[in-house]
Amino acid sequence: MYEIRLHGRGGQGAVLASNMLAQALVEEGKYAVAIPSFGFERRGAPVAAFLRCDDREIRSMTNIYNPDCIICIDPTVSRAVDIFAGMKEGGTLVQTTKRPLEELTLPRSLARVGLCDAVSIALDIFKRPITNSIMLGAFARTTGMVSLTGLKNAIEAADFRDAGLKQNLAAVERGYEETMVYDLRRKAAVNAASVA
Amino acid sequence: MSKISNSSRVIVCDGNEAAALGVGLARPDVVAVYPITPQSSLVEYVSQMIADGRLQAELMNVEGEHSVMSALQGAALAGGRTYTATSGPGLAFMFEPYIRAPGLRLPMVASLVTRDLLTPQCVWGGQQDAMSVREAGWIQIYCETVQEVLDTIVMAYKIAEHHDVMLPVNVCHDGNYLSYGVSRVELPDQAEVDAFLGPRDVNWHVALDPARPMAVDPLTGGAGGGGPAMFVKYRKGLCNGMQNALRVISEVHAEWGERFGRFHAPLVEEYSLDGADYALVTIGSMTGAAKDAVDAAREAGEKVGLIKVKTFRPFPVEALSAAFAKVKAVGIVDRAVSFGWNSGPVYQESLGALYRTGRHIPAISFIGGLAGADITAEHFARIIETTAKAVTGAVPDGPVWVNENDQ
Repeated sequence: MYEIRLHGRGGQGAVLASNMLAQALVEEGKYAVAIPSFGFERRGAPVAAFLRCDDREIRSMTNIYNPDCIICIDPTVSRAVDIFAGMKEGGTLVQTTKRPLEELTLPRSLARVGLCDAVSIALDIFKRPITNSIMLGAFARTTGMVSLTGLKNAIEAADFRDAGLKQNLAAVERGYEETMVYDLRRKAAVNAASVA
Repeated sequence: MSKISNSSRVIVCDGNEAAALGVGLARPDVVAVYPITPQSSLVEYVSQMIADGRLQAELMNVEGEHSVMSALQGAALAGGRTYTATSGPGLAFMFEPYIRAPGLRLPMVASLVTRDLLTPQCVWGGQQDAMSVREAGWIQIYCETVQEVLDTIVMAYKIAEHHDVMLPVNVCHDGNYLSYGVSRVELPDQAEVDAFLGPRDVNWHVALDPARPMAVDPLTGGAGGGGPAMFVKYRKGLCNGMQNALRVISEVHAEWGERFGRFHAPLVEEYSLDGADYALVTIGSMTGAAKDAVDAAREAGEKVGLIKVKTFRPFPVEALSAAFAKVKAVGIVDRAVSFGWNSGPVYQESLGALYRTGRHIPAISFIGGLAGADITAEHFARIIETTAKAVTGAVPDGPVWVNENDQ
């Protein structure tokens, strides 16, 4: 079982992103369950969505408290909520940010980080900071758990209108292409070796 | 993995869309709607299907739930297959025509996307709405998974319209966790569903027809004369329909399994009860996490099993008694409150089934998942721990409020 928690803000499409990701994972032969968090529905308020993925049927219809992976589709929501709460040791972070890895304050337990300047890409494509499809591309690049083609198929299956569909297909592709992936454990090991 | 019918298609959707797809496959003639959280997207999906021509039905977008049920009763009396869905306060506003449907023996199907009731103000899941109308005379079936929502909607029509039943059915699915929970679903083929439902025979006992005028539901009762005896006849008829439904629900689920390869437990599911000393009793979408917790406890050597209630009305007394006879204690988890009994309603009614077994085993009432609260595998681990102690007689005084100390 692989558990993912998406963090974002109301209006950015975190819930739709988790649903599209579930669609893509199922299409690639996996079982997936996605559940949105249920708070007060306001644009801009912190929201979360949960996704489980496994090779066998998933029974638990609950929120996720100990994720393997965090997908954070908003650059500032981590100031409002502890996005790393309960995260498993050796986890993965997929984060939208303009800043380089060195400037980020990250928990030491992280094993892998994917960084993508999704807000700039979104402003370029949509003229609005809607980062969900871009960050799905970033997730695919960071984890390899789902293919770019699978995500594109899921976007095509979602209810986008013509122009929106084209934009989202471009968005997921740019998210995939423009994500930098860092393997922190390997880096830590290299550092340790150089110290020794 | 269950056998997949060759012509079924794998899709990914939430419980509200699954319900709408089930409705589409059952081909109702008239759908009346009024939106309310967490049902709104369900009726939007159905409306879209009608607008797109994928479902050939009359859509009535009326001014409130009272009108929804009134309009649909007219449609049902005219021989139409009907559908609606509601939640919480919507059900409360629907109540007056709602309680009339069972007595009229109208084979309607309505989803209850269950929601906790006011007050405090609350738009989130809980089964207080459905549990509050458990004596209205509607059949009540509670779903565990998104797939089961779709399958049960279709089955509900076959149950409701069966000549030995002729009662309205509420297919209940948990607000939030099932209404918006997305998962992999097998969508049956239309031709196979048509074959499953058979020739349309919705309403044979009373049908409004201008060419054949008749009075429906005249005043019946009052002291003296034959009125009260006639009233009793109708009441007994309704009770008989309910009792017949136990058999019909089982038959319809078996037929569904044969045809589509998915065998959902019709009344009560026994899970991991072999060699169990004690069991949890669950209802609805909480069951998945409970099964995971039971598996984990079993691996740790705990002799625990699980009993899931799917059909709550009619109450599956025999099936539940048979399950209870296998264990020495039960922990019964409700997502609603019986205010007068200071316990959960499933707990309180289970005591009646326990009485039938002639063994007064310890039983604990757990109440959780109110107002959208999550009942996690960790919560269930604690529920298992507490229930294990009940085997040796340690029963808490009063209900255990599962989410009382959640942070």
